[in-house]
Amino acid sequence: MIQMKLISKRFGSINPLSIDSYMNADGYKGLEKALKMHPNKIIDELEKSRIRGRGGAGFPAHTKVRALSKQSGDKYIVCNADEGEPGNFKDRSIMENDPHAIIEGMIILAYATGASKGIIYIRGEYQNAIMIMKASIKAAEEKGLIGENIQNKSFDFKIEVRSGAGSYVCGEEFSLIESIEGKPGRSRTKPPYPTEKGIHNLPTLINNVETFANFSHIILMGGDEFAKIGTKSSTGTKLISLSGNVKNKGLYEVPFGTSIRDVIFKLGKGVKNNRKIKMVQLGGAAGPIIPEYMLDMSIDFDRFENFDSKTGTGAIIVIDDRFDLFDILLINMKFFVNQSCGKCAPCREGHVQIVNLLNKFINHRATEKDLMSLENLANVIQQTSLCGLGQSSMTSIISSLRYFRDDYFSKVRY
Amino acid sequence: MINFKINNIDIACEENTTILAAARQHNIDIPTLCNYPDLEIKSECRVCVVEIDGRKKLFTSCSTIATEGMIINTNSPKVLNARKTIIELILANHDASCTACPKNLNCELQSLANKLGIDDNRFPTVLEVKPLDNKNPVLIRNINRCIKCGRCIDVCKNVQSMSVLDVMGRSKDIEITPAYGKFLSDEYCVYCGQCASVCPVGAIIEKDDTDPVWEAINNPHLHVVVQVAPAVRVSLGEEMGMEAGSIVTGKVVAALKYLGFDAVYDTDFTADLTILEEGTELITRVTTGGTLPMMTSCCPGWISFAEQRYPEILDHLSTCKSPQQMFGALAKSYYAEKMELKPKDIFVVSIMPCTAKKYESQRVEMRIDNVNPDVDVVLTTRELSKMIKQMGINFESIEEVPFDKPFGITTGAAAIFGATGGVMEAALRTVYEIVNKEELTNLDFKSVRGLEGLKEAEVELGGQKVKVAVAHTLENAKLMCEQVKAGTSPYTFIEVMCCPGGCIGGGGQPYGTTKEVRQKRIDAIYSVDENMEIRKSHKNPDILALYEDYLEKPNSHKAHHLLHTYYHARKK
Ligand SMILES: Cc1cc2nc3c(=O)[nH]c(=O)nc-3n(C[C@H](O)[C@H](O)[C@H](O)COP(=O)(O)O)c2cc1C
Ligand code: SF4
Ligand code: SF4
Ligand code: SF4
Repeated sequence: MIQMKLISKRFGSINPLSIDSYMNADGYKGLEKALKMHPNKIIDELEKSRIRGRGGAGFPAHTKVRALSKQSGDKYIVCNADEGEPGNFKDRSIMENDPHAIIEGMIILAYATGASKGIIYIRGEYQNAIMIMKASIKAAEEKGLIGENIQNKSFDFKIEVRSGAGSYVCGEEFSLIESIEGKPGRSRTKPPYPTEKGIHNLPTLINNVETFANFSHIILMGGDEFAKIGTKSSTGTKLISLSGNVKNKGLYEVPFGTSIRDVIFKLGKGVKNNRKIKMVQLGGAAGPIIPEYMLDMSIDFDRFENFDSKTGTGAIIVIDDRFDLFDILLINMKFFVNQSCGKCAPCREGHVQIVNLLNKFINHRATEKDLMSLENLANVIQQTSLCGLGQSSMTSIISSLRYFRDDYFSKVRY
Repeated sequence: MINFKINNIDIACEENTTILAAARQHNIDIPTLCNYPDLEIKSECRVCVVEIDGRKKLFTSCSTIATEGMIINTNSPKVLNARKTIIELILANHDASCTACPKNLNCELQSLANKLGIDDNRFPTVLEVKPLDNKNPVLIRNINRCIKCGRCIDVCKNVQSMSVLDVMGRSKDIEITPAYGKFLSDEYCVYCGQCASVCPVGAIIEKDDTDPVWEAINNPHLHVVVQVAPAVRVSLGEEMGMEAGSIVTGKVVAALKYLGFDAVYDTDFTADLTILEEGTELITRVTTGGTLPMMTSCCPGWISFAEQRYPEILDHLSTCKSPQQMFGALAKSYYAEKMELKPKDIFVVSIMPCTAKKYESQRVEMRIDNVNPDVDVVLTTRELSKMIKQMGINFESIEEVPFDKPFGITTGAAAIFGATGGVMEAALRTVYEIVNKEELTNLDFKSVRGLEGLKEAEVELGGQKVKVAVAHTLENAKLMCEQVKAGTSPYTFIEVMCCPGGCIGGGGQPYGTTKEVRQKRIDAIYSVDENMEIRKSHKNPDILALYEDYLEKPNSHKAHHLLHTYYHARKK
């Protein structure tokens, strides 16, 4: 058994549109328990669980939650369901299969932090998920789980659904905040951080869909017990969106520490037509490209940190030997040229030049000097960009320069 | 106190100080591009990045707060390389035809590139050339030079509350353009030029009108007169390499004579005249139950703002023309008669700290013969400096000369028109004495001076306490207008100036205007005032003679015809 179903355990076995069906399957039990605890105690449990955010960066969840709880006045809790990173479909799956798990996690955090406003920001293309989340919020309201004076605990919490115009950068915290405020999605200067000044300058906590879906489990089993799942640096399970040239594409859930190879071969049943793996991209377009010999690497935030990127979303994209490295890089980089919000100079101007340079390689017109320029520019974009988009977009270039250097040399004209 | 190190130097600074501010306090230079002293921190250009020990990424010093024990390197190879790369990227999407740009040698991008040792760009140009916005009489926007630093958006929105300019589009295709369309127009822009004044490159520039001036000077049939606004004499020196706040009145006159103007006059004279006209209007409104509060009308940026945004309060505006236009009207009437010249043979040039004055001079109301403009050409302080440089004049050593007659005598009251609060103070000096029929002993109304955005004062007029207010920047003007519109304004008289600091901070002033520079110019203005023999407009003997000779009395029929105007709501 490689899979371990915690977040996905109810997938397929309950009716997502029925709150009763959810409640009959331990739904809202975590909330029930949480409401009997002191808010600080809840955050203590999150800290003990050592859960890290599932939106990509793997930031310790309790730190942000605690920061928000210390702020006074109106506050926002936002569920980030923008899921714009190519190759990811885990957040959509949670919303479509177990929507109340997300809502329950949000209510628990609202109670723990004293936030009264909740927003679920869903990618515009996810029409079905939007419909389900709206219906689920209504059902929870009818049960008195959302609204005023919830469960006589004298706390109010409302949740509304917002949908984005489908731009990738809107998944980035500040762009998301701007977008919720009705402005074009562009990042902001930090500090102040969202937990200090977020939506309409009010303290705002943003977490990923999957992160929220974990909270009720943590409360139910206790932080210490949760921390026993996975590895030292990465506790709990991870939803993996497996795609590309593999036989069994799909969503899987494994404890942290599982190897990438096991996911591809044991769960995904290997490569289609038994071809060879040329490369694997982790996390999405902003993730690293690694060669076949690195597949024994385990799924673990500490290992991912070597790549400085959003590897932690859990996407695994398998690419077989029919493809050339530069085909993939060009697709990635053209994506970023269009998705850059245009605010900061290195990202706005840099991606255009990266595409120019890649085209030189593809057309066998690149020189050694171009190789140096490419490497230098990729590093500068990563080191200096304002937001996570530019800071992570170069990961595929930088990693492939490390692991596929010969592919570059083979295109250089001497 | 926070202790940390920059480039191995021990630094101590207050808590919550940015790395950039701390470095500057210790004379460590970190290059910046989107940063501008009085505006928001944007951290968009990423040029000011520094390396912090133990961290992989680079951090923008403008936005990163220094913390205890930080070890910062502002010039490591990684930092220098990043900075250079970013500037190369920006240059690759910039119309870098420097010698064809009015900002040549005044451009922050150019000097940064030079400082970083960029002589060759690794990146090919990706510029897609787009058309100019040059259909209005005041500003030219050249989007091909724009580096998207956002400074203009910031002043236009946050200082002027106009929000004309904004970011359009996204990714590599973003453009900084008027939000209402591709072009600036008098339906929504007030032509204050604050955007041009902060633009680091040549992407927004005032129209260069020096050519028609040269032509006029070289035309033997024309009698070319020039007037110089109060704020120019405390700022032009900066363009010539002198300290901010240098008073260069006599040098400006000498330089203008050298350039070949037939006569050089002082707008201060018509500023005194404005006080008599406006003061009389105020007294009439107060005593006959006219519309109050009365609001000043010498600032064309403010007039445009009122016409566009607050058409319902236009009858609160004084009907007086601005000093520049009073001068123009007199030049083509009284002066023409006196000099026995035909008005059409007189060519009137103004040297103004202001870009909006270019627009004002072209308004159809500003033509006493209903055909020809009273003021033919308006040049900004910057344009005048260009002419002086073209002629190779050694400005610092030029011998000072006085203004020409018949408008020779001016007062301290007129001099302070250039600073925020100045018109109010000048008016009070006159209105007080006329209404109270007693001499004002303390001439200094200090509470209306200075860079505070909104100022107020209380004066006793005819046994009654009267409140007056002074606002500068349109953001503050808006607050005043809202009160007036709602009928809740507690004031009797309100001075409004569009630009921060008043005309000394005008959109046509030397580049690099900051709070500090504004204060220096203001200090200089008040020292001009203090050293004047006459400091009240109604004591100006030349003004009294002008009434005697020609205008009869303030607000007379003739004065109305020449010196007053009207306003109209603008469609939007
Ligand atoms: C360009 C960009 C896109 C992002 N897109 C998403 C997204 O679609 N969903 C998401 O949860 N986080 C996304 N993130 C990460 C968020 O900024 C943020 O870190 C995350 O929502 C925090 O939640 P977590 O702590 O639960 O991971 C994105 C970040 C960047 C830079
Ligand atoms: S890194 Fe890219 S997406 Fe982020 S602020 Fe800069 S331009 Fe916008
Ligand atoms: S001239 Fe003034 S109002 Fe017009 S765009 Fe520039 S700053 Fe805005
Ligand atoms: S026009 Fe000038 S000030 Fe405005 S964004 Fe462009 S470069 Fe900056």
